[in-house]
Amino acid sequence: MATFNLNINGKTQTVDVDPSTPILWVLRDHLNLVGTKYGCGIAQCGACTVHLDGSATRSCMLPVSSVGNSKITTIEGLSENGDHPVQKAWLEVDVPQCGYCQAGQIMTASALLEKNPNPNDEEIEMAMNGNICRCGTYLRIRKAVKLAASKAS
Amino acid sequence: MTLVKTQIGRRAFIKNTSLAGGGLVLGFSFFNACKPKEAEALAVELEMPKEWFEINGYLKIGDNGVVTIMSPNPEIGQNVRTSMPMIVADELEIDWSNVVVEQAPLNTNLYSWQVAGGSRSISSSWQNLRMAGATARQMLKEAAAQAWQVPVGEITAKAGVLTHEVTGKTAGYGEMASAASQMEVPEEIELKETSEFSIIGTSRKNVDGKKITTGKPLYGIDVQREGMLIAGLVHPPAFGKRLKSFDAEAAKQMPGIRDVFSIKLYDEDFDKMAFHFTAFNEVVVVVGESTWQVFQAKKAINIEWEDAPEATQHLTLFGNKMEMKHPAGMENSEQHTDKLKKMMSGKGNVARRDGNPEEAFEKAAKIIERSYSCPFLAHNTMEPMNFFANVTEDHAELLGPTQTPEWMEPAVAERLGLPLEKVDIQMTRQGGGFGRRLYGHFMVEVAAISQRMKAPVKLMYTREDDMSQGIYRPSYYATYRAAFDAENNLIGFHVKAGGVPESPLFANRFPAGAIDNYLAEDFTVDTNITTGAFRAPRSNFIAGAEQSFLDEVAEELGKDPIDFRLELLKRAQENPVGDATANDYDAARYAGVLELVREKSNWGQDQPGVHRGVSAYFCHQSYVAQVLDIVMENNEPVVQKVTSAIDCGIVVNPDAATNMAEGGVVDGIGHAMYSGLTFNNGTPDQQNFDRYRLIRNREAPKAIETHFVQNTIDPTGMGEPPFPPIMGALANALYKASGRRYYHQPFITDRVFKG
Repeated sequence: MATFNLNINGKTQTVDVDPSTPILWVLRDHLNLVGTKYGCGIAQCGACTVHLDGSATRSCMLPVSSVGNSKITTIEGLSENGDHPVQKAWLEVDVPQCGYCQAGQIMTASALLEKNPNPNDEEIEMAMNGNICRCGTYLRIRKAVKLAASKAS
Repeated sequence: MTLVKTQIGRRAFIKNTSLAGGGLVLGFSFFNACKPKEAEALAVELEMPKEWFEINGYLKIGDNGVVTIMSPNPEIGQNVRTSMPMIVADELEIDWSNVVVEQAPLNTNLYSWQVAGGSRSISSSWQNLRMAGATARQMLKEAAAQAWQVPVGEITAKAGVLTHEVTGKTAGYGEMASAASQMEVPEEIELKETSEFSIIGTSRKNVDGKKITTGKPLYGIDVQREGMLIAGLVHPPAFGKRLKSFDAEAAKQMPGIRDVFSIKLYDEDFDKMAFHFTAFNEVVVVVGESTWQVFQAKKAINIEWEDAPEATQHLTLFGNKMEMKHPAGMENSEQHTDKLKKMMSGKGNVARRDGNPEEAFEKAAKIIERSYSCPFLAHNTMEPMNFFANVTEDHAELLGPTQTPEWMEPAVAERLGLPLEKVDIQMTRQGGGFGRRLYGHFMVEVAAISQRMKAPVKLMYTREDDMSQGIYRPSYYATYRAAFDAENNLIGFHVKAGGVPESPLFANRFPAGAIDNYLAEDFTVDTNITTGAFRAPRSNFIAGAEQSFLDEVAEELGKDPIDFRLELLKRAQENPVGDATANDYDAARYAGVLELVREKSNWGQDQPGVHRGVSAYFCHQSYVAQVLDIVMENNEPVVQKVTSAIDCGIVVNPDAATNMAEGGVVDGIGHAMYSGLTFNNGTPDQQNFDRYRLIRNREAPKAIETHFVQNTIDPTGMGEPPFPPIMGALANALYKASGRRYYHQPFITDRVFKG
């Protein structure tokens, strides 16, 4: 066990955990931030996506000991009132079915738009390809990303 | 208005029973984990009333007119948590914006069919939900009539307001809620005419949308409790193996680990329901303080496994006794294929025989014969299996994702040695179901673990646990034959289908009843690999096979594939072959979706480079026809567009139903094209998403259009029906695009695509 000071959603959080513990489980088990989901544990499905210094990152294979002072943003910290353009677009398009993967989808989409505010269809599909949606809401995901881009620009 | 007796589900409408079994205890949910203020702010943006008045088991009305509607069924992504309360609200005559939805706990006194299965949530509760709203509306009217001393028949209710036009008196529901809650439940109530619906048939957004998009706790995996421990389990590495012994000394020394032990789920003589099915009756359990610690400790246990002997399971399914034989030994997918082929060449069980099919094939001038197959599939819900339990000496509280709370409750009670009424089950929102959570062995597991630990426990499966301890979609195999006479008329049809361990055959579905000489046979192959329901069981294979074969038959006859199907359906409708009552489809509604998809897809107006396939299927009492368009890019097929036409009766929430239909299309293309679970020495070759391929964003169609047949038929299934037929449309379009027929799923392994 070791103590880590983490910068999460703009706040410093101190946790005492095994250094190998992935950020995913630090968030879920130790900080009660359960919006970031466990899906595969091997960075293949994207359900655990967070922003690490603004980049979409799989938190399930990110040991707590590796993040240092990097800024972590989770779905809970994406916006103050759940009104980030991507979140709003997700509601407007009514994307979710079961909804489990959607926090990860939103984190990937918001990181994409941060770097590329007007992605074309191909770029959206490429960026979102790492996030599995078992319910098959992919078309609505694309539509919501486009909508968010159009609203933000 | 339609007058109906309130007898069906009347118990639910009699006020006091609703409290039995902890029915409507507010706040008894895992939101306890949140600060109360925060929880309330998250639940709704409405101002909460000072006092609630319970009208019946489905709803309560606040003194300010806000209405809480209970959603009785498990929410697995099929939108029932929004669409079921919509039905209540419509009959109640309340603005949807004044409704708060709450997940009802399991309560067999109040609700019926609290199951997410068979696409039956809406259809089985349609009448009850309407009566719940209509009964409350009537009681509110009676309360107003008493208060105003006017005849109840002169009072109207609209958008949460009661009005007596003659005197000009009005009152909000909130003002009359207290008095209404004291009223006798009416013997007879009026239901709206379908033309009077104001919420049903209009699109309403997912009631959990805001919580989903902001990452609030909603799912089983999100449950947190004071003093809660985490449990993980280790099951045998192969089907055909069982636990012999284990050494957990090292694991027990690891940080945060509280205990390691083994549990047996069921006694040999326990009278199991089919949904109590489990792959491994004895597993090793690790209990600790955090998930990561538990997952690490699992790897540190030294376990010895041994060969399991052959066994027979006795199961009950809806009152029918079933026997499942599990042979000893470790199985391989190649063996399964060999056994299926051997069975195919032998004699099958005749499930239906019309005319003289043997003679038709004997005198045929030409016969075409095609075989189709599919592998096992893992459900792969994005949220792996998990459940929470807090078992004390005389009570058990369970909370989590399950499709069958009612059916699992007796198994939990039996395992704990508690009476049924001491077991309370609540449902969270669920990260997918697809049939996997019909089999709630994990509820029995976590209950047994909590009882032993004398502590609240959340059981967590890893993805690998989830994929390698499945209740899989069986592997199926089907051979179709068609006989033609010298004039190229279709004179005989033969389907023979089997699977490991069940047959996918529906002998009385189309084209049964449409062809003079018809033979349907089936067979099975035993296995020790656990299998069960997977979205649209059996249909999820046989639809694609049958619809691909019909495409070949139409081609052989030189007919347009839609015209050919419509001809057959006309025959089935006007002059059915054999026992017409045996046909379990309505030929007119079947034809209806084909006609609609023909129109909406502009069928027949070919575009250069676009290759089209069509398919239509009936299951779960609904009809779906689909046209799929492929364009070839770099020798790879790209699904450019899918057009679906659906007849599922009244569509409660059209945009949500459209979402489901889109999902069914993506899911169907994904599984037919990419997914499969194979076995080697009893072990699944695929145990996570690195080797198990699921469809991804880029592979989904570029566009999907969904059209519903407009009618006033009571709702039928919606979750499953859009899924099976698309596999046929895909295969048929691939043929047009590549010149090659696709018979074996997943198609991606069958060959390289070329345009």
